Amino acid sequence: MSRFLGSKRRILATSLRRPLTARLVAGYRLTLALTLALILALVLSLAGVSQLKAAESAATETASIASAPAETASIESAPAETASAEMASLEPQSAPTPLASSSLLASEASNGSETWSSPVVASLISPKVGDRDAAITALSTDDSLLASEILSALLTGRLFLVKDRGAFYFENQGQYVLAWPKTGPLTPNNPRKVAVNNRQRETIQRILGARALKDPDIGARRQASAALIGAPGVDLSLIRELIGSEADERTKDNLSLILALASLKDPLASQEDKLAALKVLTKLYAPAARDDLKSLSLSDNPVLATAAAQAWRSLEAKSQHLALAETFFFGLSLGSVLALIGIGLAITFGVMGVINMAHGEMAMLGAYTVWALQTIWPSQPGLALILALPAAFLVSGGVGAAIELSVIRPLYQRPLETLLATFGLSLILRQAVRKGISSMNVAVATPSFMSGQWQIGANFSLTQGRVFIFFFCLLVFLAVYLVLAKTRLGLEIRAVTQNRAMARALGVPSSRVDTMTFALGSGVAGVSGVALSQLTNVGPNLGQDYIVDSFMVVVFGGVGNLWGTLLGGFIIGLANKFLEPVNGAMLAKIVIMVGIIFFIQRHPKGLFPQKGRVTSF
Amino acid sequence: MRIFDRSLTIFTLVMAVGAGTIIIGFLAFGTPIFSQFTVGLLGKYLCFAILALAIDLVWGYMGVLSLGHGAFFALGGYAFGMYLMRQIGAQGVYGDAVLPDFMVFIGFETLPWYWRGSQHFLVAVLLVILAPGLLALVFGWTAFRSRVSGVYFSIISQALTYALSLAFYLNALGFGGNNGFTDFKTILGYDVQEKGMTAALFGASALLLWLAVLSSRYLLRSRLGLAVLAIRDNEARVRFAGYKVENVQVAVFTFSAIIAGLGGALYVPQAGIINPSVFAPIFSIEMVACVALGGRGFMYGAIIGAFVVNYAKSRLSTEAPDLWPFILGFLFILTTVFGQGGVFALGRFIWPRKVKADPFKTVKEEPHKGVG
Repeated sequence: MSRFLGSKRRILATSLRRPLTARLVAGYRLTLALTLALILALVLSLAGVSQLKAAESAATETASIASAPAETASIESAPAETASAEMASLEPQSAPTPLASSSLLASEASNGSETWSSPVVASLISPKVGDRDAAITALSTDDSLLASEILSALLTGRLFLVKDRGAFYFENQGQYVLAWPKTGPLTPNNPRKVAVNNRQRETIQRILGARALKDPDIGARRQASAALIGAPGVDLSLIRELIGSEADERTKDNLSLILALASLKDPLASQEDKLAALKVLTKLYAPAARDDLKSLSLSDNPVLATAAAQAWRSLEAKSQHLALAETFFFGLSLGSVLALIGIGLAITFGVMGVINMAHGEMAMLGAYTVWALQTIWPSQPGLALILALPAAFLVSGGVGAAIELSVIRPLYQRPLETLLATFGLSLILRQAVRKGISSMNVAVATPSFMSGQWQIGANFSLTQGRVFIFFFCLLVFLAVYLVLAKTRLGLEIRAVTQNRAMARALGVPSSRVDTMTFALGSGVAGVSGVALSQLTNVGPNLGQDYIVDSFMVVVFGGVGNLWGTLLGGFIIGLANKFLEPVNGAMLAKIVIMVGIIFFIQRHPKGLFPQKGRVTSF
Repeated sequence: MRIFDRSLTIFTLVMAVGAGTIIIGFLAFGTPIFSQFTVGLLGKYLCFAILALAIDLVWGYMGVLSLGHGAFFALGGYAFGMYLMRQIGAQGVYGDAVLPDFMVFIGFETLPWYWRGSQHFLVAVLLVILAPGLLALVFGWTAFRSRVSGVYFSIISQALTYALSLAFYLNALGFGGNNGFTDFKTILGYDVQEKGMTAALFGASALLLWLAVLSSRYLLRSRLGLAVLAIRDNEARVRFAGYKVENVQVAVFTFSAIIAGLGGALYVPQAGIINPSVFAPIFSIEMVACVALGGRGFMYGAIIGAFVVNYAKSRLSTEAPDLWPFILGFLFILTTVFGQGGVFALGRFIWPRKVKADPFKTVKEEPHKGVG
């Protein structure tokens, strides 16, 4: 008896000796308060960041006010916009950044610019149109980088001149960079824009285009030659001259396409020339030729008409294949986004059975983490994005753990109530972001490695960011899968889901595992938010746009099955994109929704039903 | 079977006295006591209470949480809205005697087939009952027959209302797209703006609410009602006892949808507008929150919850719009975390019920977790 009493006393003593933190965690009213404090702290810190941002933008505003009179003083600024658009279409990559050019100038300015400097400066200053023609001609004979830069700045209306000193400046988004001469004040006073007329603009375009065709860099030649396909006023003699010496196959194809299109349009070209051109057009892909081929296939000449019809058919077939490939790619891209958000939900909803309506808000917090980090390091958007991955995991995971401890814990036996409680949480989180930061979308920068294009084959290119996100989705899936399958935590998670009582009997701390599981699911949602920040606008409603879809993905794939979620995401994404051209984006979505509803009603457990006895909750 | 127990008698008295006072006060004394705006607002609250009652019927009493009940409400509203649009006739901006303004604007040549007959009041009433009823019948039948239940049902019902909201945004569907129906003129030839009409609509809403409570009460006290409660407390056991669970579920779900649709039909002329936002999942979830706040499985609680939440919403969304989402969010959390009975269940602590065998008592749900 005394032993029994003694042991009882010991039990009492051990329960009193439990560490303070454990007792705090046990009392969830306290944790409710802690959660709210955490959310408040988070919002306040984000608000602090937004204050910082506001102060910065105010500073730049005053700077731009200072430079505003300069812009109003420009001689003629109206055609500048259209010119820059033309420029962008002609030569997407050749506009050099002013910062880079200024660093190059030190070495460059000495060799080429001496020959033309004073007459060119004089003729550019002169208000006469003819004098500017002379300056352009002078610049066209100069092969130096500075001359090209001045020409392209002239084309886009970024070239400014300080008359009394004869100094050039490049302007970029309100900032001036000294171009010539080497030394002088870094900020110009009273700069005037050097304007060109349309004829001169065409001349400059031709000069720059020809220059790019001779560029030693293969990529530049490819781009320049591709831009000239179907463009009016191409200097054909130059192309004919270049095509013989061109080493790169793709550039050569582009050049021959330019010539083929030109001879197709040329009323004086002989039948042989035209037939040869049609042969080239049948072999290669040039959507610009569509109308010409169509009209030529209706012409009186039977030989030409049949050849043109054949070329037209091959063009149509090729464009259909390309469209198919594009749809497939977009479908995969959408699918990877859906799967990425679904994976987090597959843990909280699928594994734990918690209907987390605040899941989208976890992703939103992840996206805002990117924004916060980029605001802290504005000069390093790429680094901030990469650092945001672990940071978002921690932020969303931490908030998730706090939510589990405070709100979800008392509701485990009542899944429908978790739905309502977490919906309330999502309302609070959204409003907190709206009040703490801004109800508007925030600007998240896309680093260069996410924004480029990947050229596959001659006529097909993919957005790099989307490709990255596709592989990122697979990576996250793999990581979550490995955590669940290979780690101690994963083992415990599976044990608790399969048989809570037995797991507890074997010493698994089931409630701590619950917290960790929910934190893991929320953390993965946060990481998916990082990816989303590169694809869509980051705002308080980011999560809302995806919550219904992501539930569909998880339910469709089969609750409690990661593979099902991945596959379900891709199937829904592909189906969506393949239906879109048939009946419009909105209707495609409706069709998918209704399709899933009917699918669930036929197969209530989804694509891959979970095996075993634990099926309903 | 005794329908009129003490609570229903009290409710009937409250409704009769309350609605009577408001109508007489409004018609006889006018603005100093009840402005036309106030009466219209109260009428809208009554319609929301009808919807809350419908949700409570399937959730609180049958244990099926529908997150798409707003769809039935909206369908009823759109069905009656069609009649109201046809009533405008040649008084519209474009003056087309047959086509409503938005159709002329979008470029419809003729009336779509499903608009035919909508100019008759009786057809409209039939449509108000049939449209939500049929949808609920088909949706409920396919869902319950394949035993989609619990969370899955909630999620696909949410998907249903989401899909419908997307569909009703389409201009080509012929339901006014983004703008929906508005600018109503007459009902049965009487001006919508008139005081008498406002009072009539308010009275009709009160009557409908009373009838809904009465019929729900009748349904729940019948043998079917006992089966409904049994399904809520242990679906598997009822099934094994030989009852056709899905038939009961479909019947009650359809009944509830029809009540919701009727509420929607009365809501539209009082609100003066119906648009796809009523289909949005958030609206349905907010209504579920009303029920949760009032206490699910407690009819009057749902009604009071609808009044309190919507009053708070219309007050706060004008006076402190920034605060409203916080308050609603905390309402959600507090009512779900701290007890299933809702705020008004506290009243039961103060005045305990005297009924001996209480079929409405909530039995603690047993988790269907695996045991071995």
